Amino acid sequence: MRALSFVAMSDLVAARSQMGISLAFHIVFAVVGIAMPLMMVVAERRWQVTGHEIYLDLAKRWSRGTAILFAVGAVSGTVLSFELGLLWPGFMRFAGAIIGMPFSLEGFAFFTEAIFLGVYLYGWDRVPPPAHLGAGLIVAASGALSGIFVVIANAWMNAPAGFVLVNGQAVNVDPIAAMANSAALEQTVHMTLAAYAATGFAVAGVHAFLLLRDPDNAFHRRALTIALMVGAPAAVLQPLSGDFAARHLAVHQPVKLAAAEALFETQSGAPLTIGGWPDVEKRATRFAIEIPRGLSLLAFHDPGAEVKGLDAVPRNEWPNVAAVHLSFQVMVGIGTYLALVALWAGWLTWRGADLAHARWLLRAVALATPMGFIAVEAGWMVTELGRQPWVIYGVLRTADAVTPMPGLIVPFLTFTLLYGFLAVIVVWLLYRQIVRSPAVPEWRGFYMSGSGRREMGGGKRETGNGIA
Amino acid sequence: MSLADLLAGVIFVALNVYALLGGADYGGGVWGLLAGGPRKERQQELIAEAMGPVWEANHVWLILALVLLFTCFPPAFARLGIVLHIPLSLVLIGIVLRGSAFTFWRYGGAAGEKGRRWGVLFAVASLITPLLLGTAAGAIASGGLGQEARGEGGVGFYAGYMAPWLTPFALSVGVFALVAFSFLAGVYLTLEAEDAELQEDFRRRALGSGGALFCAALLVLVLSLGGAPLVREGLIFAPAALPLHLLTATTAVTALAALGYRRYRLARLLAAVQVSLILWGWALSQYPYILPPDLTIAAAAAPRATLRLVLGALVLGAVVLLPSLFYLFRVFKGRDVRHRRSEAISDV
Repeated sequence: MRALSFVAMSDLVAARSQMGISLAFHIVFAVVGIAMPLMMVVAERRWQVTGHEIYLDLAKRWSRGTAILFAVGAVSGTVLSFELGLLWPGFMRFAGAIIGMPFSLEGFAFFTEAIFLGVYLYGWDRVPPPAHLGAGLIVAASGALSGIFVVIANAWMNAPAGFVLVNGQAVNVDPIAAMANSAALEQTVHMTLAAYAATGFAVAGVHAFLLLRDPDNAFHRRALTIALMVGAPAAVLQPLSGDFAARHLAVHQPVKLAAAEALFETQSGAPLTIGGWPDVEKRATRFAIEIPRGLSLLAFHDPGAEVKGLDAVPRNEWPNVAAVHLSFQVMVGIGTYLALVALWAGWLTWRGADLAHARWLLRAVALATPMGFIAVEAGWMVTELGRQPWVIYGVLRTADAVTPMPGLIVPFLTFTLLYGFLAVIVVWLLYRQIVRSPAVPEWRGFYMSGSGRREMGGGKRETGNGIA
Repeated sequence: MSLADLLAGVIFVALNVYALLGGADYGGGVWGLLAGGPRKERQQELIAEAMGPVWEANHVWLILALVLLFTCFPPAFARLGIVLHIPLSLVLIGIVLRGSAFTFWRYGGAAGEKGRRWGVLFAVASLITPLLLGTAAGAIASGGLGQEARGEGGVGFYAGYMAPWLTPFALSVGVFALVAFSFLAGVYLTLEAEDAELQEDFRRRALGSGGALFCAALLVLVLSLGGAPLVREGLIFAPAALPLHLLTATTAVTALAALGYRRYRLARLLAAVQVSLILWGWALSQYPYILPPDLTIAAAAAPRATLRLVLGALVLGAVVLLPSLFYLFRVFKGRDVRHRRSEAISDV
């Protein structure tokens, strides 16, 4: 019976599920592709400045991980760009001319990224050191730029601009105005910071965990420092950017904010609802902590301000309130945790403490390993589920954009299996990379001495079976 | 020539470059699968080394063509997505498996048998993907993607989503694409090989696939008589057809002769020109249609404001991209770098 009801999944739900799985899968690799090159470049620069081979080793190991993650990101990104047409031809027919521009620009940025990643990964002894570092910098910059362009396109779906709707047709198309939509700045800042925070803390977390077992390991100490240099500032800035984004929602997408905050009734002095389970039938949130006037204060910086509730729109225009509220709580909770841990690490560093021996901090950082990515996924649930039933907010319903092709459950299951398989492999490969980290204590001098700046010793020593 | 024509031309240029570079990477996978003889492992190693630094950049040409298509010609993209849902989804699975398997093989650190299994998956996906990609192109050329074939008029699942691409003509284009990509890869690999033995291996393969390419092209032309009216009119009966075929045939014969005389650089140039001529023959035969028989470039074009901006972005993008690509290929494919490859790979 279960199987039967599963097969009966509607084509619209199947299409949305396939797009959701594809995005949820791709975003992990996209985020890593933005932040990881920056860490590689920092490590390589440290090597060029100090001559310590440990940094070269670090840069090479990170670039090996990046190679795997970038390739999977590139192919899963290809899937997404095709899926826009395979699943949502109605959306593309309407929106292609308006919002294709940032995708085209993203195409160029991604092209640049792929070219210089090739130079970086394979060019260690083919190009001079400054050119190699420069290639890494270009990869880092174009990776961030690719992400920004894609998020601009998504922001347009939330805050459509740059066209006039006449009888269901878009006229007076202005792609520049579409790119300059009112959500673009908020979303791009929030997403870019998220990429650095999530990746920085994931890498820092792995090395913190290993430092707890081996506090004198020079390799992990350096890795932790660089990862926190990238992740911690972003994590501290992220709540500010979140506030910026939420205030935009309050004005431009009140339904999404109402769902995120589980605010059923429009009210002045609206409370902030923390946790709890929204009961849509009863229009109430059970088991929640309410902070009086909190939401009005946060959304409009005025404790008495009126905040629109879900009742502002008809019931059939509500998103899935429980899912959006829960995702929002997860995102905000994790964001707060990461910001606090980042501040703690910053404070310890400022006091001159040795982070590698601050065991409680290491435990907190180790705990954060998966958290940034969970927050990224949750944040996308908020923005995507929170926009439903619209694919272009207020303009085009998701149900009107889907392909007429029947049987969409089949591609959905196929791609789910494919991505499940790839996820297992990637996790396993990364795990292998991590367990192979060098066990070199800080006091062993030879590892730290600069034995020739362009020597490939670091790379050769470990190549037991060809590709280490 | 209108702005829309110009941009359609640019998209086709991107597809052409994808065929010459990305296509050859598929072909490399095919030769990896067909590797044999005493130098089997060295052949596979050479293919992987040749692809390593460039395959991701080569792959982006397809994405570039795709995003330009949906920006400049949204209705054409939407219709492709609907009618060719099945073959394009299969192409995607092939692209995902191929790219991932290649990376897992080269960077996964699994030595011996385990690593080779990824190599096999990579090779199989390299075989199937161009077949389906070519089939999709064949379906477009056949004129099977017309308004009435869109599955909305109650024509049934098979008629709407399978019949347009499951035709002898479309499938023959799939075979043609596979053979053409293998031919390109074979020719390119003669220049990648460091020693004479490997070079001979790929020279023989290039000659063989060059012959097969001739047969595949002939098959496509014969099937176009019944299966693709525009191709038939454009490539067989049009006044320009004879000179075009003569030019293509001359290029093809000269390419094979250059291979025969071991003039590999010349062979590479001619092979690329030959495949490009065939592609442009197709493009011109279906002009002014973007999706024959009813959707023209002009009718599918986005508003002028969009097209002008895209053109501007293309010019700016080219200023950044072309020097970057030149640099990439100079570093990894230049004259003096090949002998250093063996030492470099231990470093990856």
